[in-house]
Amino acid sequence: MTETIENTRTRGHSEEPLLSVRDLTVTFTRQGEKPFVAVDGVSFDVRPGQTVGLVGESGCGKSVTSLAIMGLLPQRGVRVEGEVLYGGTNLLTQSKEQMRDRRGRDLGMIFQDPLSSLNPVVPIGVQVTEVLERHKGLSRKAATPLAREMLDKVGIPDPNRRLKDYPHQLSGGMRQRALIAMALACAPKVLIADEPTTALDVTIQAQILALLKELVEDSGTALVMITHDLGVVAGLVDRINVLYAGRIVERGDRHPLFAQPRHPYTHGLLSSIPRLDGERGTKLTPIPGSVSDNLPWANACAFAPRCSQPIDVCVEKTPEFVEDGPRALRCHNPVEVSR
Amino acid sequence: MLRFILRRLLQMVGVVVVLSLLVFLWLRSLPGGTVSAILGEKATPARRAALEKALGLDQPLYVQYWQFLKRAVQGQFGSSTGVQPGVDAMQVFVQRFPATLELSFFALLFAIAAGIPLGYMAARRRTSWFDNLSVVGSLIGVAVPVFFLAFLLKYWFAINLHWLPVSGRQDPSLDATRVTGFFVLDGLLTREYDAAWDALKHLILPSLALATIPFAVIFRITRASVLDVMDEDYVRTAESKGLTNKVIRGRHILRNALLPVVTTIGLQTGGLLVGAVLTERVFSWGGIGEAVAVAFTRRDYAVLQVCILMAAITFVVINLLVDIAYAVIDPRVRTR
Amino acid sequence: MSNPLNPDNLDPRNKKQRIDELAAGSGGTATLTVDDAGHIEESTGVSLIASAWRRLRRNPVFLLGAGITLLFVLLAIFAPLIAPHDPTKGLLLDKVRPQSNPVPGPEAGFPLGADTSGRDVLSRLIVGSRQTLIVGVFATLFGLAGGMSLGVLAGAFSGWVDSLVMRIVDVMLSIPSLLLAVSIAALASRPSQWTVIIAIATVQVPIFARLLRGSMLAQRSSDHVLAARALGVKRSAIVFRHMLPNSLGPVIVQATLVIAGAIIDAAALSFLGLGNPDDRQPEWGQMLGKAQNNIFDNPALAIWPALCIIVVALGFTLMGESLREALDPKSRR
Repeated sequence: MTETIENTRTRGHSEEPLLSVRDLTVTFTRQGEKPFVAVDGVSFDVRPGQTVGLVGESGCGKSVTSLAIMGLLPQRGVRVEGEVLYGGTNLLTQSKEQMRDRRGRDLGMIFQDPLSSLNPVVPIGVQVTEVLERHKGLSRKAATPLAREMLDKVGIPDPNRRLKDYPHQLSGGMRQRALIAMALACAPKVLIADEPTTALDVTIQAQILALLKELVEDSGTALVMITHDLGVVAGLVDRINVLYAGRIVERGDRHPLFAQPRHPYTHGLLSSIPRLDGERGTKLTPIPGSVSDNLPWANACAFAPRCSQPIDVCVEKTPEFVEDGPRALRCHNPVEVSR
Repeated sequence: MLRFILRRLLQMVGVVVVLSLLVFLWLRSLPGGTVSAILGEKATPARRAALEKALGLDQPLYVQYWQFLKRAVQGQFGSSTGVQPGVDAMQVFVQRFPATLELSFFALLFAIAAGIPLGYMAARRRTSWFDNLSVVGSLIGVAVPVFFLAFLLKYWFAINLHWLPVSGRQDPSLDATRVTGFFVLDGLLTREYDAAWDALKHLILPSLALATIPFAVIFRITRASVLDVMDEDYVRTAESKGLTNKVIRGRHILRNALLPVVTTIGLQTGGLLVGAVLTERVFSWGGIGEAVAVAFTRRDYAVLQVCILMAAITFVVINLLVDIAYAVIDPRVRTR
Repeated sequence: MSNPLNPDNLDPRNKKQRIDELAAGSGGTATLTVDDAGHIEESTGVSLIASAWRRLRRNPVFLLGAGITLLFVLLAIFAPLIAPHDPTKGLLLDKVRPQSNPVPGPEAGFPLGADTSGRDVLSRLIVGSRQTLIVGVFATLFGLAGGMSLGVLAGAFSGWVDSLVMRIVDVMLSIPSLLLAVSIAALASRPSQWTVIIAIATVQVPIFARLLRGSMLAQRSSDHVLAARALGVKRSAIVFRHMLPNSLGPVIVQATLVIAGAIIDAAALSFLGLGNPDDRQPEWGQMLGKAQNNIFDNPALAIWPALCIIVVALGFTLMGESLREALDPKSRR
């Protein structure tokens, strides 16, 4: 059975979680506007060497979650509640300077658009060495060979020349590799990848994903993978958290979740991915509507208006988050398990 | 890079040729015509006739323009009639140019030294009282007529408080040695430090008055540009790497934010020349600006054509230099 | 204190997304609100201008600028009714003593005193607003007309017409503005109000031309123009119906700022002795320019018109700057 196979796969990660997000709530309180809860009580764990996916449509709060973990949300107008435990310390109560020390050293992050995420007027080499200079106390000179090694490791050919190149001289895939080199230069224990392949060509996407997988498996880095595309994470993640309107609606290890999605939203996401091995003639079924149709979580299921199988209680009561081992679900009327 | 500079140089030559044509046409359209333009309106008929012949005014227009160009290239624009009567107009310009250059340099120094840090601080503290105050202050700075501000400064700090000298570039009783025509530099070179100090004191009020508009512009461009850059993804990347504030500020924010500021500084040189015309007049500075102001009131067209041509050429050259500087600091332009 | 010129930029979405949304026509991004339900209320279909206006209405900087401007225009229109005295009559002439008392000070009925010809300063300031407005508005209009013709010419035709026009514009821009203005003013054998206006307008021509060409160039490659071209719409129709109206935003902003500049420049021309010599019709720049002769003995004669110029110029500038920021889809600060 798939369950048992999956359990043996995850057993290797059964130590204490490295990063533990507890009831994370992020509220934007913009002047003169109603406060907006972008992330609403999100909890999940990441163990060393594990890859966890946060999946959802744009606006579901996945990027805000990652910025909150990194301490990169603006100070004013944002309220962050809950806990982000890293090795036992709550990152949310750390001072600005303490977080500055951790970013790049303990926590690394790579972003969606590699071109705009690289400083256009600073050579790639300097953008890699500056992390080493900052966290390892190395001089520029001492850091350069390490930077070269790093570029080589992420598969950038001719790293000696590339050190002096500027971002606009690199191709899209090379830029993303360079960003990964920067994020991993100090071998952080946690790497957050926010849609790392969205801006890239499909062929390059696969290369970058393979590279990420290889790097985290070699170094035992925990990877938090943020994406809107379940297809992207299918071959990479151990565990998936599906977010909808700021809350986790379904969680599970990769195989069982893909095989038997219980939440109609997850089900919908999976049905909207084209499959090569699917039967001929099966139509893709998109999820109707958009995030703007959402209901408030307060006394309903936010997804109800777009749901394929809503029942009366869906618009009357907030569905509870029911955990059952590695699986967890927030739904009044889950999809039947087909055998 | 070399091709880029060559192309710009060629463009510059084009601009100067068109400019000379405009100045030529302008001279011919002046009330009284070219002869009065050169000799002034009070010249005797005999001299007028002689000059008309000498200038070949009976010749077709394009021949006249060619003659004008030939003389212009040799720096012959006739004699001054109003500013320093009898002196060669080109000579008047050359004598006075260092004075204006020195004043403009200090004004620009003030404007940059105050504009960039204040603009950066305002952007970092946006919506604070400091930000609001400095934005409104910069707008007021643009709204105040330069010569009125010059009068105010002179009235308050020179005439009322006696803190600073009223006018001129240096106390003539010091009898300072002249080397370059830049009085502060001369004082330093000849080790006549009292002369340098005196020249510096003379510089403060006029360069402050002259600095207001470039300051306001540089401040506002810096502020807007820093605000734009702070929103960029690469600044967030820098933050995600845990870099120190110093590195983020210098390498990631300012190095990008200053690119448009550099262009702006180049464009301000034109404004400086305008401001110099007004400021130098108030402080009897003895530079190009004052010469232009006097030349207009006394209709000294010989001096005027030199000054207009040279002012425009200076502006074009400075902007060429700025473009080259831009190419040096922005790798995206350099490698194109 | 909150400055609407720079509202908190807490939008977690990245900038490109915001611009794309604006470009897509949902100009209401600024008012994009998300209620507790997570409902995003986006005012789709609202034009950029409408959403700009909504933002401006609540913007105290804009309101202050517009208030000053409105007051100034009203003053200019009703000046003769408001002025307590005839601004041309030397009512206090008998109190002018060139040696001891060249300028009569304030007294009953003359709160700001009189000038060297014994004329009431307050009345001259009030009536002067009218000429000041005329100089500012007409200089801007003429400059706009000239710049628009050149800009449309360059923007509508690419190729050599564009290059030629832009080369001339570049040359004009390379001459420092005031130097250009005084050169033009010097061409007139007898300076008057209109030589001042034309001189200042000439300086604005290249600026408007460049601005309009730039924004028309951006329009030329935009989707709706390409679509119109693909549909076989005539070139003139494309230029005047599609490109020009959409290029006007920055031009209007610039015009507002130019009015302020024109009023200040008029003062500078007067200061250099190239202003309107006829002072029977007072104008602030002219009053200030003429006051320089004895400014250290009678600073009041310069300070009053200067204050008026500063306040009015500031009014137009505040209005123009907040307009620019409201219309600029890129920065909502």
